[in-house]
Amino acid sequence: MSEAPVLELSGISKSFGSVHALRGADFTLHPGEVHALLGENGAGKSTLMHIAYGMIRPDSGEIRIGGRRVVLRSPREAMALGLGMVHQHFTSIEALTVRENIALAVGKGSETPGRWATGGVTGRLMEGLEPGARVERLSVALRQRLEIVKALAIGARILLLDEPSAVLAPSEVEELLALVREFVAAGGSAALITHKLPEVLIAADRVTVLRQGGVTLSAPVAGQTEKSLAEAMIGAARRNFPAPPVVPRGAPGTAPPVTRLSEVPIYAGELIGVAAVEGNGQRELLGAIAAGQGVSGSVSFVPEDRTTEGLVPALSITENMVLGLSEDPRWARGVRLDWNAARARTGELLASFGIRAAGPDAPAATLSGGNQQKVVLARALERRPVVLVAENPTRGLDIQATLEVHQRLRAAAAEGVAVIVYSTDLDEVLELGRRVVVVHAGRVSEAPRGADRRVVGEMMLGVRRGQR
Amino acid sequence: MSKLLGRPLVVGALALAAGFLVLALGLGLAGYDPALSLGALWRGAFGSWYALSSATLVRAVPLIVLGLGVALAFRAGALNIGAEGQFYAGAIAATWVGVHAVGWPAPVAVGAVWVAATVAGVVWIGVPVLLKLRFGVLEVISTLLLNFVAEAAVSYAVTGPLQEARRVYPESDPIAEAARLPLLHDSRLHAGLGVALLLAVALWLLFTRTAWGFRLRAVGLGPRAAEVSGRIPVKRVIAGALLWSGAFAGLGGGIEISGVTYRLFQNLSPGYGFTAIAVALLARLNPLGVIATGLLFGALEAGAQGMQREAGVPAVAVSVAEAVIILVILLAEVLARRATERSVAGLAAEEAA
Repeated sequence: MSEAPVLELSGISKSFGSVHALRGADFTLHPGEVHALLGENGAGKSTLMHIAYGMIRPDSGEIRIGGRRVVLRSPREAMALGLGMVHQHFTSIEALTVRENIALAVGKGSETPGRWATGGVTGRLMEGLEPGARVERLSVALRQRLEIVKALAIGARILLLDEPSAVLAPSEVEELLALVREFVAAGGSAALITHKLPEVLIAADRVTVLRQGGVTLSAPVAGQTEKSLAEAMIGAARRNFPAPPVVPRGAPGTAPPVTRLSEVPIYAGELIGVAAVEGNGQRELLGAIAAGQGVSGSVSFVPEDRTTEGLVPALSITENMVLGLSEDPRWARGVRLDWNAARARTGELLASFGIRAAGPDAPAATLSGGNQQKVVLARALERRPVVLVAENPTRGLDIQATLEVHQRLRAAAAEGVAVIVYSTDLDEVLELGRRVVVVHAGRVSEAPRGADRRVVGEMMLGVRRGQR
Repeated sequence: MSKLLGRPLVVGALALAAGFLVLALGLGLAGYDPALSLGALWRGAFGSWYALSSATLVRAVPLIVLGLGVALAFRAGALNIGAEGQFYAGAIAATWVGVHAVGWPAPVAVGAVWVAATVAGVVWIGVPVLLKLRFGVLEVISTLLLNFVAEAAVSYAVTGPLQEARRVYPESDPIAEAARLPLLHDSRLHAGLGVALLLAVALWLLFTRTAWGFRLRAVGLGPRAAEVSGRIPVKRVIAGALLWSGAFAGLGGGIEISGVTYRLFQNLSPGYGFTAIAVALLARLNPLGVIATGLLFGALEAGAQGMQREAGVPAVAVSVAEAVIILVILLAEVLARRATERSVAGLAAEEAA
């Protein structure tokens, strides 16, 4: 670790229009280490790594790779210097095979992956990656591995991983982190962008924390705790939300259930967490409820993909409100739409939900992810639903926004809505759900009260049977 | 700069200037007198009451009506490239009804001609709509290809079932007097202009004030969100938009027959259906904008004829100016969008990470 750094970014600043994404940020990566880059969304993590990879030119600051000062004009130049980046959005061509994608990345054409894909980290990465398989048939985890293989195939010694765990199931995350550890043990170096504290503590040697474009902490991971990291990430003056008084109306036993998830009854005023491994039929079950099946009264749905299913980014916030509330008598006057009424109500909602926006006429695309999600939530609750179904309601949100979304969901339950939350993040399910329901192979069972991570995890895998 | 590029009028003026500058340069290089040629173009479009009313406005009518139809489909994200074919389908049906309308009361005759034309346009685009719904055939291709079929159908009609009584010329008999639109005094300008303007205003109201117009836009800009969050039957909205689009284009054919030519013949349209795409896009799919861009293109094409008559410059030279105008406006749009994106993108990129 005392060796000269392989990658050194110093005093990097970058503005996008009036937004200062980075203000003199430093980041130093030593050989043989995993260096976590931690920060909330919008803190500048990705921008910093995009600068290191030659995708964005910094306004000021220095980049040194292997001790030499460099000016990167394109990712191609960064690759030539031994950098490889694994993007959140995969860059493989789906219609081609694994082998073809690797050949394409290497660029020579003649090179066969067999030559180097034996033994070592690459060999382990290639486990399960059938060279002749089309990428479109691979799971997300395997596609991600292919991205890493491609980076290594062009000789990357420095891996930049952009939130690799965001798309993975918990067990897949562990595998990935183990592979990254193996890569650095063999002499490589890795920068790991994340906003998940446990990952930093498990997998990283050093950690740099960014907040609003500046470094607030850069230190060895040893000696850090989740608390210390969280403080560096969101500041000491962390805003606390007063928890609303929880007075579930129509608690179990006092009123008939408002709906059922398969056989499990769901009552008004409950917050139900749904845990399941992807592809166990939970989406279909929730989709049916979201479509109003088996519910008398209105149902609201918060889809997991904010920008393609929740909102139309090109439309204004007001228009997005009306999109989900097109029959609201306040603005639906026969065939006519009263935009002034809709705009006025949207303005009120922006204020009451604390949504930061230029105004009700601002395009939804101009909002941050957290504020977009609050728009979706505000709209969902505006329907006065009996049941609210939410899928991964905090995916990609920072801590602050996540807290606010959780608070809103709890408040909705307290007001008598039956809130059903499915999340691929088991911790979120356990934290939110007053009752936890597990879907495994299409069958729904309820976890015992107070069940912990291990118990629910076993139920998700079908190792343990639940109630009902 | 980027702010200015967002203003349609500034961009429009810029584009016009660039278009004529390039046209003048080209004319000069080709050995024509640019001043004389452009003067002739101006006189051909606006130089006299006759030029304005009987050349420019007469050409603007079909461009506006077809441009509205194209804008309607494009709003819903459905690309109707077949306005030309639907125009011809409408023209055939209008002629067929029109020649039989002898002795009918005028309002009935005109109404029947227009209804027939509209229905024909709907039927003509109905084929691509069915293909799209049933088999997922891209409407861009099916509507485009049906243009050629429609042109062939016109050829067949004017040499076969609809050919004039003496069977000499490849054209139809003139439609009955009763089915012809009243003309403005001393000109070829017909009542179709009023219809085009009325349709534009009506469509603008529908787009901006009604749930239908909003659904159309939502489907065009975000079909997934429209379906999931808006519970909008996306396929049905798109199909409806295409059918209405065909109705407009078909009606355009009917108006042309009943107001201008009174008979059907080959090459009835100098490519109105294709120019209408540029008309709609330049207007940013705004119906009121379509009036302006329809007039602009009508004037250019009228001027082109004047230029040919007076200065001997081939009329197609004007397409140089048209192309430059389109390019400048598209370029300005891209630059303006990039400027806004850049100010937002920084945040959004961070956000996505």
